[in-house]
Amino acid sequence: MADLIPETGLVVAHATPPTPEHTSLWKRLPVVHQVRTSVGLQRTMLLVGIVLTLVFLFVAAFAPLLAPYGYAQLSSGDVNFGAQQPPSAEHWLGTTVGGYDVLSRTIWGARPAFLVIVAAVVLSIFIGVVVGLVSGYFGGWVDRVLVVIADALFAFPSLLLAIVVAIVISGGQSSMWGGVMAAAISLSVVMIPQYFRVVRAEVVRVKAEAFVESARVIGSGPVRIMGRHVLRNSTRTLPLILTLNCSEAVLTLAGLGFLGFGIEPTKAGDWGYDLSRSLSDVTSGIWWTAVPPGLAIVLTVLGATLVGESLNDLADPRLRTRRAAKAAALSPVTAVPGGVATDRVPGVESIDELEGPSDLFDDDEGLRS
Amino acid sequence: MTSLTTDAPSGVAPAPDARAPQRRRPGGKLGSYLLVRFLLIFPTIFILVTTVFVLMRATGDPITASLGGRLTADQLAERIEAAGYDRPIFVQYLEYLGRVFRGDFGSSISDNRPVTEIVLTYGAATLELAFYAMLVALVVGIPLGRIAAARRDKGVDASLRISGILAYATPVFFAGILLKLVFSVWLGWLPVAGRASTDTQIELQRNGAGTGIYLIDAISTGSPEAVLDVLEHAILPALALGLLTGGIFLRLVRTNVIGTLNTGYVEAARSRGVNERRLLRQHAWRPALVPIITVIGLQVALLLSGAVLTEKTFEWKGLGFQLVQYLLARDFVAVQGIVVLLAVVVALTNFVVDVIAALVDPRIRY
Repeated sequence: MADLIPETGLVVAHATPPTPEHTSLWKRLPVVHQVRTSVGLQRTMLLVGIVLTLVFLFVAAFAPLLAPYGYAQLSSGDVNFGAQQPPSAEHWLGTTVGGYDVLSRTIWGARPAFLVIVAAVVLSIFIGVVVGLVSGYFGGWVDRVLVVIADALFAFPSLLLAIVVAIVISGGQSSMWGGVMAAAISLSVVMIPQYFRVVRAEVVRVKAEAFVESARVIGSGPVRIMGRHVLRNSTRTLPLILTLNCSEAVLTLAGLGFLGFGIEPTKAGDWGYDLSRSLSDVTSGIWWTAVPPGLAIVLTVLGATLVGESLNDLADPRLRTRRAAKAAALSPVTAVPGGVATDRVPGVESIDELEGPSDLFDDDEGLRS
Repeated sequence: MTSLTTDAPSGVAPAPDARAPQRRRPGGKLGSYLLVRFLLIFPTIFILVTTVFVLMRATGDPITASLGGRLTADQLAERIEAAGYDRPIFVQYLEYLGRVFRGDFGSSISDNRPVTEIVLTYGAATLELAFYAMLVALVVGIPLGRIAAARRDKGVDASLRISGILAYATPVFFAGILLKLVFSVWLGWLPVAGRASTDTQIELQRNGAGTGIYLIDAISTGSPEAVLDVLEHAILPALALGLLTGGIFLRLVRTNVIGTLNTGYVEAARSRGVNERRLLRQHAWRPALVPIITVIGLQVALLLSGAVLTEKTFEWKGLGFQLVQYLLARDFVAVQGIVVLLAVVVALTNFVVDVIAALVDPRIRY
């Protein structure tokens, strides 16, 4: 009924399709489907994550309109901003030690963060999926070697790798693209193995299915079988890894900036760089240079993580809390993934409460320790 | 209805009867597992070293990267020739592998110290920080994860989960800055930075060489003030780094305990009338902890990255702090050496962790 992907510990049920075939494409889209089927806290977490992510995307897209000043602007008209000015009407969040407007730099900082996510994820999904597909489909010694390589790279500290790549790309003094690409390339070295492992595990399972055999019998070539039949059935867990990798991407770029290997202040806003400059401010009690860029990182990462975690927990039958209903109580069929019931049994919050007799009768008494 | 839960995959839960038959592999002895796992260290290290070498040398050489623009083209060429960077890349690669194989990770350009010596000198401080952080993570993450699992979907669970996610959504350096701001600057309870105050440091030095791990050194001086001072300096860095990992442990323990509570054998005990509290304590708790061992191994990589950032935040003079100094000095041979050596440390730690996991869990075999 369900399968365990050993490498990730993720559990994917697959005896029944997640949503019946006749539902519209929109309702079957990864995140949309989960919002519709989740309940309670899990749903709130997912929705908060989506909202935070949308806000981040909005800020990144409209930074020039939202930011009061440019990221490298030191004066307005003929008046210099001045360094370390506390928050005021002109500078809502004050100015930095370098004399930049904190609010503006925080808003502009969303752009490189967004770019690094796109670059890293596109690079690693493309390579990881293709290699995983081919490796899993053909097997053999190439497959085994690739698995060993993936295992080796899996545990590599991505930040340390990012430092090495930053040196190579820019000699340490980064333009916006230099900093972004350094983070993106090193991240993809660590992230490709993740996509590889997940896709490969799925491909190994799918290629034994009857429809692949049938395709082979009617004379389809390996490329066609992989592209049309195997790939489409092997991408289910990708949205989940993708969202978790987005947070890793933002954190690595910020870490790189914090170590002084990020983007130069005249090239773009960079949260990590701003935080590294605020280190000495904090000692003298100046909070406004550190807190805004830091909060920006936290909220961005939080948004992606909440979405990712929710997708993960909703995909894990051990953790899923479902809407309970009379139907669910009567027939186990509705308890399969995607089985959405409409009414609730009075006094029963979820199907899980119906599962163990002690839960049903003691009303969780034993757990109140 | 109970079949719903017993059919659910046990995942990482250890009940042997809950496992699907097709995943059970025939044969598999502990000895052969340990041997294969040991032999796998070598390709792992080889791959890591190769990755760093390829990335580092794909587009240039360390001399141009560090001195380019400051020297004339002739001088630059001379330095490159002297260091052997003008030879075919493949020859350099083989030579590099040979040196790494002999335990020679190169010497820094700026102060001409062997990388192994640098790592040994500053590694103790990083080890001390990592140890404190792991302690915080275990003490915070594991009990809270248990509470969250026991009070599943209640208010306590919700707030614990959200704090856990917040803990690992916050970059360690920002957490460090906030802790510093609140506890050192505003409240004035704890020192802002460093591993010990100047007086203590002098006292430690007067006491002779020592281990480099300040807590042990301070205890050996026999002065309670020194011990207290060292501990005071360690609190904030350990919290900043440890809470991050603690959040991950919290989530993991919660997931595993809930998973184990739904396995067949716990279900069986439940149907015999064992109450929930006892089920958790006697049946589900210890098996749920086994997978944590493996994850601790994966955390070592994260902890090392985190240690680099934490050390910069708190001026903790360890390996990470030193790495940043070499970065600023543009001494890329030293940086490359330290990164490769750290990668080797990660590979070795993962080996040890896998061995422990195999000893604890008889199902982990090839």
